Amino acid sequence: MPTAADTIGALAERDYEYGFVTDVEQDTAPPGLSEEIIAFISAKKNEPQWLLDWRLRAYRGWLEMAEPTWANVRYQPIDYQSICYYAAPKSDDDRPKSLDEIDPEILATYEKLGIPLREQEMLAGVAVDAVFDSVSVATTFREKLAELGVIFCSFSEAVQDHPELVRKYLGTVVPRRDNFFAALNSAVFSDGSFVYIPKGVRCPMELSTYFRINAMNTGQFERTLIIADEGSYVSYLEGCTAPMRDENQLHAAVVELVAHEDAQIKYSTVQNWYPGDKEGVGGIYNFVTKRGLCEGRRSKISWTQVETGSAVTWKYPSCILRGDDSVGEFYSVALSNNRQQADTGTKMVHVGKRTSSTIISKGISAGEGQNTYRGQVRILRSAEDARNFSQCDSMLIGDRCGAHTFPYIDVANPTAQMEHEASTSKIGEDQIFYCNQRGIDTEDAVSMIVNGFCKEVFRELPMEFAVEAQKLLEVSLEGSVG
Amino acid sequence: MLRVKDLHAKVEEQEILKGVDLEVCAGEVHAVMGPNGSGKSTLAQVLAGKEDYEVTAGSLELEGEDLQEMAPEERAHAGLFLAFQYPVEIPGVGNSYFLKAAVNANRKARDEPELDAMDFLKLLRERATLVDVDEALLRRPVNEGFSGGEKKRNEILQMAVLEPRLAVLDETDSGLDIDALKTVAAGVNALRAENRAFVVITHYQRLLNYIVPDHVHVLLDGRIVRSGGSELAHELEEKGYAGFDGARAGA
Repeated sequence: MPTAADTIGALAERDYEYGFVTDVEQDTAPPGLSEEIIAFISAKKNEPQWLLDWRLRAYRGWLEMAEPTWANVRYQPIDYQSICYYAAPKSDDDRPKSLDEIDPEILATYEKLGIPLREQEMLAGVAVDAVFDSVSVATTFREKLAELGVIFCSFSEAVQDHPELVRKYLGTVVPRRDNFFAALNSAVFSDGSFVYIPKGVRCPMELSTYFRINAMNTGQFERTLIIADEGSYVSYLEGCTAPMRDENQLHAAVVELVAHEDAQIKYSTVQNWYPGDKEGVGGIYNFVTKRGLCEGRRSKISWTQVETGSAVTWKYPSCILRGDDSVGEFYSVALSNNRQQADTGTKMVHVGKRTSSTIISKGISAGEGQNTYRGQVRILRSAEDARNFSQCDSMLIGDRCGAHTFPYIDVANPTAQMEHEASTSKIGEDQIFYCNQRGIDTEDAVSMIVNGFCKEVFRELPMEFAVEAQKLLEVSLEGSVG
Repeated sequence: MLRVKDLHAKVEEQEILKGVDLEVCAGEVHAVMGPNGSGKSTLAQVLAGKEDYEVTAGSLELEGEDLQEMAPEERAHAGLFLAFQYPVEIPGVGNSYFLKAAVNANRKARDEPELDAMDFLKLLRERATLVDVDEALLRRPVNEGFSGGEKKRNEILQMAVLEPRLAVLDETDSGLDIDALKTVAAGVNALRAENRAFVVITHYQRLLNYIVPDHVHVLLDGRIVRSGGSELAHELEEKGYAGFDGARAGA
């Protein structure tokens, strides 16, 4: 088997014919995407040959695919050849030296969210001393997990330290050619998280990317893989409520979850990427593929998401319910304010017998925001006695925004029980006046009414996250009622 | 406390109030009675500052302050409370959470320290007992799935907690059976105080058997056509509003 270095060598030679050399020593790849660039990324990360091959096959698949246009979102065409697909993590010299160098608007938001100064510095990417509180917390945290045999590390570390697990599971839930953005991610993914929970272990704490300090900047093509072995349990928190800025406009992440027999994975996301200014300029495009496989009997996967950021969101956390009696859940709050567009929802594919799924989606549109729920429930012929309950509620604030719902139901087994409820409501002037009459001003009234609307989802979030999410919604809605 | 002078108001280009005069002093209970369409509820909404109601002439003062200059929440901060004829549902928002937000919004506006969770709970329990409201009601979302009677009792509870200077009760008796009516009336009576005034708006005399007013006003076609003591309510009960047509003609 040729080593990565051999391949690089071979490719470098071939490149030379075309007058193009990629210096492996340099920190940033030139813009554009090609097999050479992919080899460069792989070599930079010191990856085994099989992974490079895997990336290359994904890339070749991607070349034959067309960017999807079915989503209910509008954005400027993306020039994939103008993007830099690899940049080494920023050195301290490039980072802001103190919070004084950070956009005051962001600082004001941190303030409103009540984020402590130290954390503000970390979130804003300020170069801080290595000796700060969270580092020691993180270390203790890792030691405790190691005792239980839980693996929680960056994806790159996992490739080096646990290649057999990565190789066994990578791409088994989201295949390389699953869709345009997943294929792109498979070709060029930068880094992400890797979690393995051994048999019978109940992970004693919420695993949060927040504790993986070195993973704060995982780049625009994040890759996450979580495996819960038989009878295990894990709760994973992704993102944070503080606004995240990034000079990379396109984000295409892939998350794969595998739950074996009697295992349970709870995956919670609070997404607050920069949505652009009031006109929508400069916001992040967030095109994510998230999917969980309930592989074993009685396994369970729950997705809970609070989406308040990004200019354009395209995201459908899904569950494949293969094991008999397995359970899939999707709880979502998606907010579109100003010029934001969100096309989000879920897919529940029932394969096993007596599988059940629950979908609770709350879409909020304000300003000129456009919010689309798109969901699919598929009951395959093998899924005897499957059940689904779906509830899709939309709330409109003001009269310039929009809410759209596209539920798809596909049933191939007559024993299935399906329930679907949907509602669209406008925050009533009567509700606001009622609050006003009790002394509550309009802004507080709106955030109270919206939080009430989202309650069924918030109560699925881990306690601390739920409090933050509520606050985040408040801040995100500021000024939405004139 | 409340001084309404020659008040004219319209809704959707239709004039509903055509010159209402009303003066209410601290400690008094005034009843405003009238048939459907006479402008009773409009008067309540105009006092509370509902947007769709436009005051075209006249003046409204609470403790010498011009209500027209104040937003609805500012009127609340100044001590005006409206018990709604149709209390609004706010799904997912807990009743006690809502009330705590309201109490603290008012305290903040008045430069008083906000109540913490413990102090608020103590206040809430005490007032719930005073107006005879079951604690289970406090844990449910605001008015959601409440029966008609529960909604009205919830309004009285909110009033008890918010301690207004002037409480306007808009047809609080409508849709109540006699037991619920008695409970609501008892709640109001428990809150009668020297520094507090009530304007009780009703179609029927029935409520006034339990909340005995100091003054009764008859509102017909946007004007107060007669004022008197509580005996006026009984006269209405006997003669009906038709008996006041003459008064209207003369007004």
